[in-house]
Amino acid sequence: MTDTQPNKSSEPIIKIVGMHKWYGDFHVLSDINLEVQEGERIVICGPSGSGKSTMIRCINRLEEHQQGQIIVNGTELTNDIKNIETVRAEVGMVFQHFNLFPHLTILENLTLGQIWVRKTPKKQAEETAMMYLEKVKIAEQAKKFPGQLSGGQQQRVAIARSLCMAPEVMLFDEPTSALDPEMIKEVLDVMIDLAEEGMTMLVVTHEMGFAKSVADRVMFMDAGQIVEQNNPHDFFDNPQHERTKLFLSQIL
Amino acid sequence: MNQPENPTREYLAAPVKKVGAAAWLKDNLFNSWYNSLLTVLTLLALGYIVPPFFKWAFIDSLWNSSADACRDIEGACWSIVPQNIKFIILGFFPEGQEWRPILAMILLLALVIYSKEKSRWNKLLAWMWPVGLIIMGTLMYGGIFGMPVVETDQWSGLPLTMMLSFFGMVMAYPLGVLLALGRQSKMPAIKTLCVVYIEMIRGVPLISLLFMSSIMFPLFLPDGMTIDKVLRAQVAIILFTAAYIAEVVRGGLQAMPRGQYEAADSLGLTYSQTMRLIILPQALKIVIPPTVGILLSAFKDTSLVVIIALYDVLKTTKVTLQNPQWTGYSTEAYVFLAVLYFICCYAMSSYSRRLEKELHTGH
Repeated sequence: MTDTQPNKSSEPIIKIVGMHKWYGDFHVLSDINLEVQEGERIVICGPSGSGKSTMIRCINRLEEHQQGQIIVNGTELTNDIKNIETVRAEVGMVFQHFNLFPHLTILENLTLGQIWVRKTPKKQAEETAMMYLEKVKIAEQAKKFPGQLSGGQQQRVAIARSLCMAPEVMLFDEPTSALDPEMIKEVLDVMIDLAEEGMTMLVVTHEMGFAKSVADRVMFMDAGQIVEQNNPHDFFDNPQHERTKLFLSQIL
Repeated sequence: MNQPENPTREYLAAPVKKVGAAAWLKDNLFNSWYNSLLTVLTLLALGYIVPPFFKWAFIDSLWNSSADACRDIEGACWSIVPQNIKFIILGFFPEGQEWRPILAMILLLALVIYSKEKSRWNKLLAWMWPVGLIIMGTLMYGGIFGMPVVETDQWSGLPLTMMLSFFGMVMAYPLGVLLALGRQSKMPAIKTLCVVYIEMIRGVPLISLLFMSSIMFPLFLPDGMTIDKVLRAQVAIILFTAAYIAEVVRGGLQAMPRGQYEAADSLGLTYSQTMRLIILPQALKIVIPPTVGILLSAFKDTSLVVIIALYDVLKTTKVTLQNPQWTGYSTEAYVFLAVLYFICCYAMSSYSRRLEKELHTGH
């Protein structure tokens, strides 16, 4: 495995050591080891059921791991609820199905976390929210409800909602898989902007174009294991494992 | 999707809908042979039932006369209501003090009507309710400002019905929500307690709970200690209704997609924040229709307190009918009661429909 991490000397922002996870008797994740440096962009791909979503969901404890260590920004994820809440506030997450709060307006969706978790005054939270809505080019929809927006717009709102918490890391769990082809680009554009600003990102996606142009590292998972990881150039042009070659031949 | 109109294609007007009474009748009542047959049969049945009823209720009827005058007529003797209105509505409340329960009821109605608008749900309203309730309690019980004390066993009629149902609903709702949350809890002790409570209460009729509260419960109290009978009935109604609310709310909680919990978790919200801000507002909105069903039956079930010798508005009406002068006019008296209950129930259900509309956010 070739390492292409920038500023390798500093402490990694995410560190996963020997992590295993089971669903009942089923061994979903096996011996996951991963270090993510600040500002690194990682794209994770692999066939469905390979455990890629489960892995990133472990990073903010939406799924519990049973063995090994996960350390996010110096905080280890254990059963301690305080630690979990600390990590969650620092790790933003974007879901396949957006998961906006349908009973709140777009603006309220964005201010909720700031007001209740960060204890930001309402006025300031609204200013921050509007700033991020500008950024994802959707400010004019602030007073609407999620149900009145298109899928692509909702996903951009979801990204802005995570950004409002000023996260150290952003996790994307197949952010474009539920979108019409016409809307995928508007979401990817927002993600590219974010990458250019130096956000640390872990992206589970099948958008290989995005992986090629944005990722520092592309990771291939199969059957609950990290099979191969490399910089995008070598990953796509010169895959090492048979399984990776097969996968790439099927999706490219 | 807001695509611009395509200038190269033709936009046709929607087909014209036929209007007018004849077209409506043909479309809706006579659009096939069996619908025509049903229409004719329905009209015949109505023609057979409505005119005699109308004659009985409005033409041959007396509206405010003595009981003797009613002996000579064919139609309805509505007089039973105005002639006995004081007893039907207020029951055994002492002579000369009637203004007190009337004022209390008006105050309650005014508060309820004022609270209807969502825009008025603020701090001021949160203060008006406890103050209003204290005033109502004082008016009913008396003991200060020169108002003689009226013990609760003299509270009867409509004020009693209103009190039992209002507090029954208002206290049972939050208790039911807590029970529903408890039943979903990961802590086995809390979960078991809630399940046992809910299933036990739902397994017995309200009448048995009322009996227990009024006959068995006092046996367990130490000598000389008593708890007010109305209060005991009130608590029984609250505990009973809460168990039903809990199950309905649980249904709403189960309807919430997991993604909502995950989104709240990923923002770092705590359990209570997630419930209060994200889950309950949506879940409770989904279950407005069945919740209102339960509240309506709770309202009507308050008439069961008659079996522990409390005189609600149904019982005061029955007592009126036992008066030899007025025996035989039960139809009229019960029609009046039915209208009274209907007005209350209809007001509740139409308010709930409006609330549902107001809370709708297009998803």
